[in-house]
Amino acid sequence: MLPGWLIVGVSFSYLLLLFAVAYFGDRRADQGRSIIANPWVYSLSLAVYCTAWTYFGSVGRAASGGTSFLPTYLGPTLGLALAWLVVLKMIRIARSHRITSIADFIASRYGKSHLLGGLVTIIAVVGIVPYIALQLKAISSGYALLIGEHDTLFRAEGPTGWWRDSTLYIALTLAAFTVLFGTRHLDTTERHEGMVAAIAFESVVKLLAFLAVGIYVTYWLYDGFGDLYARAMAAPELANLLAFDGVGRLGYGGWFAHVLLAMLSIIFLPRQFQIAVVENVNEQHLRRATWAFPAYLLAINIFVIPIAIGGLLHFGQGTVDPDTFVLTLPLAHDNAALALFVFVGGLSAATGMVIVEAIALSTMVCNDLVMPMLLRSRRLNLARERDLTGLLLGIRRGAIVGVLLLGYLYFRLAGEAYALVSIGLISFAAVAQFAPAMLGGMYWRGGTREGALAGLLAGFIVWGYTLMLPSFAKSGWLDPGFLEQGLFGLAWLKPEQLFGLAGWDNITHALFWSLVANIGCYVLVSLQRVPTGAEATQGALFVDVFRRADAPPASFWRSGAEVRDLLPLVARFLGQRRTEDAFSAYARSHGFERIEQLKADPELVHFAESLLAGAIGSASARVMVSTVVQEEPLGLGEVMDILDEASQVRAYSHKLEEKSLALEAATAELRAANEQLKELDRLKDDFMSSVTHELRTPLTSIRAFSEMMVDDPDIDVEDRQRFLGIIVSETVRLTRLVNQVLDMAKIESGHAEWHNTDIDMRELVQHSVDATMQLFRDCGAEVHVDMPDSVPLLRADHDRLLQVMLNLLSNAAKFVPRGSGRVDVRLWCDGRNLRVDVRDNGPGIEPALVPVIFQKFRQGGDERSRPQGTGLGLPISRQIVEHFGGRLWLESTPGEGATFSFELPLASAPNER
Amino acid sequence: MRKGLAGQRLVAVFIAGMLLLNYPILSLFDRPLRLFGLPLLHVYLFSVWLGLVVAVAWIVERGAR
Repeated sequence: MLPGWLIVGVSFSYLLLLFAVAYFGDRRADQGRSIIANPWVYSLSLAVYCTAWTYFGSVGRAASGGTSFLPTYLGPTLGLALAWLVVLKMIRIARSHRITSIADFIASRYGKSHLLGGLVTIIAVVGIVPYIALQLKAISSGYALLIGEHDTLFRAEGPTGWWRDSTLYIALTLAAFTVLFGTRHLDTTERHEGMVAAIAFESVVKLLAFLAVGIYVTYWLYDGFGDLYARAMAAPELANLLAFDGVGRLGYGGWFAHVLLAMLSIIFLPRQFQIAVVENVNEQHLRRATWAFPAYLLAINIFVIPIAIGGLLHFGQGTVDPDTFVLTLPLAHDNAALALFVFVGGLSAATGMVIVEAIALSTMVCNDLVMPMLLRSRRLNLARERDLTGLLLGIRRGAIVGVLLLGYLYFRLAGEAYALVSIGLISFAAVAQFAPAMLGGMYWRGGTREGALAGLLAGFIVWGYTLMLPSFAKSGWLDPGFLEQGLFGLAWLKPEQLFGLAGWDNITHALFWSLVANIGCYVLVSLQRVPTGAEATQGALFVDVFRRADAPPASFWRSGAEVRDLLPLVARFLGQRRTEDAFSAYARSHGFERIEQLKADPELVHFAESLLAGAIGSASARVMVSTVVQEEPLGLGEVMDILDEASQVRAYSHKLEEKSLALEAATAELRAANEQLKELDRLKDDFMSSVTHELRTPLTSIRAFSEMMVDDPDIDVEDRQRFLGIIVSETVRLTRLVNQVLDMAKIESGHAEWHNTDIDMRELVQHSVDATMQLFRDCGAEVHVDMPDSVPLLRADHDRLLQVMLNLLSNAAKFVPRGSGRVDVRLWCDGRNLRVDVRDNGPGIEPALVPVIFQKFRQGGDERSRPQGTGLGLPISRQIVEHFGGRLWLESTPGEGATFSFELPLASAPNER
Repeated sequence: MRKGLAGQRLVAVFIAGMLLLNYPILSLFDRPLRLFGLPLLHVYLFSVWLGLVVAVAWIVERGAR
């Protein structure tokens, strides 16, 4: 046992040391040589997460529930993996809007709403006060234990008067300490470098103290991990601590819920937000913290289970509270020095939490609860006051003292009955209610003020009903009957089995229902209407914070402010000197030498507002600025200017659009031309291969017969004669083919020569029939010619038209049946056109083949019945007719013959080139 | 580009961690077995934890360069 004066002396020396660290930190910050501008310090300061609850309570939980204490530390490990995405965004938002607390964050996001900020503040205070009470209890019980007064951390307080209660003095000492740390002066960013340095220092102390007692228990009292576990397994009542859920309290669902809860609290606990976001010096520090802080948590938890096992082995179950093992084990082995060191570690954990939490809460209470009320009720008075910095600091200090006294009150009234562990988790569940409004606000533009209000309120009410009231009932403040029977005796209203949902631990149960209510109301109410202008602006600024530069939002109002109004306004809250410094810096950055040269444009008003927002919150800042800035409605002229500008922009974009349409059209044309070129290229290739194929056939037979005659000189004269005949006819065909190809090419390329004369078609038709008479006679066909007595003269090339006629007639001759063939040639004039029909009674042409036969080298009929010919006659004929402005076509019924017709216009001038 | 990749890797680590540290995978290790004289479950939990810390450290410190 230790003498009380020694413990008090050591404690105060430790607090003085902390203060020295903080003072040093502040001094260095003022000199511009910050000691906290370091990723390691940032990571260590985040370890303010580990409070007395971790320090003493983890062992207690491990002793009763095995691994069930771990989700509280696994959650942050997982959550911080996402910090680089989520927390970074928060830091960016907080920096660009000078946000200094969670309440301010939510209020600012949903249109700078006082009501929301106030609600968040109330939830935070109600949720956190029990947690602060827990820290006070830990210190006072630890002290009592060391001086040998108590043997348990949770001994019921005797009927001593409050003036003799050491806990009150602890609370007051901490309050004084926090006031000294946190509110020495007002700062627009609400940053407290000295405090952060002290917190980082405390994190080192508590880690070392816990590791010391862990190593002492594991390797001094016992023989290492293996030995402890072996002994635990030998003891039947300890063995079930080694399984996942040996005592069956949590289950896998509860495990998941606790991981989730811890993941949310690492961001949404006010002290974590303060350290991680507000006190962040450089966002790159977050990088290292994402793994260094989880590593810290891992280190501080390694010895939790060994200490729990060691304590249970030494004391047995039920005699000493496991929450005190870290102190009682060294004491039981007469190692008072170690116990004192461990106590200092616990003191570190508790004071660190209390200081940061009180500062964060006091900022919220001042900016989002008290200031708005003062502004509303006593605005005239406030407006008359010259200097409000004193008032602001007073409110902050009062809030710190008030929060700590509330904690003390809770400790006095309820602290005895309830275990450490549950209080911590109840606070976690309270701050988890901020998650939907904050995360939703950062990633969803549609959230509205009413939605956030409804969600927070619903979540808070469900949390209060399912967690807070039962904890009161268990402390004896309320009739515990409603726990058993439900409110008004309604079983489905049982707070810990709401709607009959049973089988979960109370935290999981409350987290589920409160988040369901919270998210449900937030989303459903938000979807009732589209966001207003203010909400939409803030929503866009928050959601797209990474995409925007730091430019102030464009304002569509004209400020009627004067610099000489703005500067005193800011100075009243920030102090004259700081304000002048800030304004001079602003003036210099805009190229002015003195403040007086500044113009009160919307940008300057925004600057002043954000300066104020850092000190009194964004919603109050807007109210204050609006007292000196008349946001005059724009005059007609200015509206016209804005409209003019807008229409210019629109005209410009319209022009751009037209240009791009024209470009698109040109592109399409080019693409079409390209397609056509490709098609022509393909056609040329086809043509070339067809021509060579057609040339090869006669050449092959000429060569074959010639070779036969060369090889065999003794061949009959008769055969020789026949062969030579074939060779000659093939040569003729070859010549014709080459001529026609040339002809075709000439016509197609437009290089053909046309000798136009006046032609009498009667004479031309008769000529052609006479010329082919021998052909028809050979195949035994008759030719009938039907012509009017006279037709108008036609101006065209005689030989070319004759070529067309001969082609059609010889075509007919090829297809008419042998012996019974009949070909009708008819010439007639309808006044505008001369038309010639050549009809045969051959097999006709399949409709499918009709378009084909006008293509080059394509002939009607299949391979075997294919008649003699080059396959170029019809295409050439068509080209000729079309050259004179006419057309050539085919009508055919299979089995009844085919009719080739062409007509030529009389009036049109021939297409001479 | 690098920053985007690091972000995606961190999300992957997060998802892997959620899987490894929750039902049902966690239940596979809840057996009365011993590893180096220590209960399998405890060794598993702390190793996964350490693994997560190392993975996150590797990702963010690599991206810092």
